[in-house]
Amino acid sequence: MGETPHRSAHAGTGGHPVTQGHERSAGASARVAEAPVSLRTPDDDHGLGGGGGLPRARAFGAERAFRGLTLAAGVTVLVIIAAIAVFLIAKAVPALRANSANFWTFEGWFPNDDPATFGIGALAFGTLLTALLALLIAVPVALGIALYLSHYAPRRLGTALGFVIDLLAAVPSVVFGLWGRDYFVGPVADLSAWLHTYFGWIPIFGDGPYGNSILLGSLVLAIMVLPIITSLSREVFLQTPTANEEAAIALGATRWEMLRTAVLPYGRPGIIAAVMLGLGRALGETIALALTLGSTYAISFNILANGGNSIAANIANRFAEANETGRGALIASGLVLFAITLIVNITARAIIYRRREFTESAA
Amino acid sequence: MTTTLTPRRSRPPAQPDSLRARRLPGYAAPALAVLALLLSAGIVYGVDLGGPVLVVVFGVLLYLAGLFTAANAVEGRRSARNRVWSALIHSALVLAVLPLASVVWTLVSKGTARLDGDFFGSSMNNIGARDANGGAYHAIVGTLQQVGIATAITVPLGVLCAIYIVEYGRGRFAFAIRFFVDVMTGIPSIVTGLFVLAFWVLIVSPWFNDGRPSFSGFAAALALSVLMLPTVVRSTEEMLRLVPPPLREGAYALGVPKWKTILRVVLPTALPGIVTGIMLSIARAAGETAPVLLVAGGGAAINFNPFENNQSSLALFVYQQAGEASKYSPARAWTAALTLVVLVLVLTVAAKLLARRNRLGR
Repeated sequence: MGETPHRSAHAGTGGHPVTQGHERSAGASARVAEAPVSLRTPDDDHGLGGGGGLPRARAFGAERAFRGLTLAAGVTVLVIIAAIAVFLIAKAVPALRANSANFWTFEGWFPNDDPATFGIGALAFGTLLTALLALLIAVPVALGIALYLSHYAPRRLGTALGFVIDLLAAVPSVVFGLWGRDYFVGPVADLSAWLHTYFGWIPIFGDGPYGNSILLGSLVLAIMVLPIITSLSREVFLQTPTANEEAAIALGATRWEMLRTAVLPYGRPGIIAAVMLGLGRALGETIALALTLGSTYAISFNILANGGNSIAANIANRFAEANETGRGALIASGLVLFAITLIVNITARAIIYRRREFTESAA
Repeated sequence: MTTTLTPRRSRPPAQPDSLRARRLPGYAAPALAVLALLLSAGIVYGVDLGGPVLVVVFGVLLYLAGLFTAANAVEGRRSARNRVWSALIHSALVLAVLPLASVVWTLVSKGTARLDGDFFGSSMNNIGARDANGGAYHAIVGTLQQVGIATAITVPLGVLCAIYIVEYGRGRFAFAIRFFVDVMTGIPSIVTGLFVLAFWVLIVSPWFNDGRPSFSGFAAALALSVLMLPTVVRSTEEMLRLVPPPLREGAYALGVPKWKTILRVVLPTALPGIVTGIMLSIARAAGETAPVLLVAGGGAAINFNPFENNQSSLALFVYQQAGEASKYSPARAWTAALTLVVLVLVLTVAAKLLARRNRLGR
């Protein structure tokens, strides 16, 4: 920019013939080249334009302060996540040092004794088993309801039922736990007895006593995560482009074929994410399982008998009696739970971010 | 349906029936259902396998099999599949509605037993195992204070964080914050409880309390705010993104600085949606038991000071009463559960109605 007026000034006076060849070929070179010079001269004299009239950014103005404030709030999130890990580790390590049994394999929880012995094995097993069983029950049903709400129900009914499902997702877990313990225990015990009588040859349907079993915990958990998975996957199904659905119908597809070829493939990442989020919720569920599981410390595949435990339920059940080491042991188990849910969540989020169609929050 | 003589508008009168695909008559599906139920009842009671529940379950299976066979014979395989899947999807709805309706029914029928003035006017102080009275006043006070403090902490923090992500943040750092906010939504509530236990109750609170760790309502509020933060950030973020860019550009064109544009133009436009998100997160926090159990201590007496001594909350009250041996405690637990659900649902419904009136839309 800085060179241009210089060069055209020379052109007007006829200097620098070597570089000006192309300008001359255009004809009337002197006039054309001179015009910008006459326009530009007053600019150079007065120093106006080019943004010079705007106020300069102040070093410590309100803008900077506000920006810094929001940045600090953003950083707080990262700090909190880091702090959770740091403080849990800090409190867990002394208890783990005091543990005289193998933390990963020992089946029992006696951190308050003098040679403290406690192990996460049975708890982690129970956590995973109840969560996976719950998902196994809840996911097909939830997807069915979501498909019904999005593609079968009349629009008004679908919206109304979707609203009710959202409300059910907000019901506190302690209510489901109380229901499972006070009411649902009876039907499930009957079901357990029936299953054992007729399907007892399958090892997981073992002998009683029936009552607060893994089956009860998983069923209650399934009922709890059902509204969450339903509401998330319904959003996904509703986002299917109408053009895709209409194209399938126009090609002669039945309604199910339309769902299978247009809706389900389109929503697959969203479904996976919804299931993973449901898994995260099921893994971390505390009170419902604390009220419905039998609280034992053995790895057993018999899902009908009294027993079962999970990391979170164990924390709730054993916290009141815990001493210094006991608290540390519970915090150590919470750290394991934190790690498991973190892995599940990061995987789910990675899937969501890879396909941006699904942007509903997991509230 | 093919046998009806009146031609519909969509069908040219000259078209012969042989060109149309054959279909099952309209009465086939209900007739099959009745037949399946009768057959299943006959088998179940005949061999004495179980009760009425089994009759229904077995009947549904028979119905699906019969429907597939009939449709396969008359309409072809594709249509048969379509019918069976449609039936399965409808039965999924029924299957899910039953337990959820049972929860609601149990809640209302058992919860109304102790729904009296005494329940809302007294605490559990000096209430023994043989006393039928006693109430949740202390727990309601605790819930309101803890959720109130948690909201006061979370809302400014969450809204500012969302403003950073939407308005200022660029590049990898903003993406990392966004990502970890999402990850934070999945942190189990018991882990946030343990975090506040390790951080506040065991390490920080002894400084103020002669070296002894002190449980308090404030600690519970801290744990709840960790739970609420990601929900508030995410909903605020979504609402801010929905604010039309011309509004911002108009403000910039008038020479308004960016921070003032955000505070005076963007935030007021997105306000209804932000309030909805905040109310939903409050509803979720009010129902949380686990963190309160770990850090609030849960006393039986009324404590109006959230910064000192144990406090209870409604959810914790339900859990504690559920674990007590007294024959009167289940009634108290259910009434408290009903109160809690009503509180949470009122908040949720209000939030959803507010969202419906929101001009920006989701």
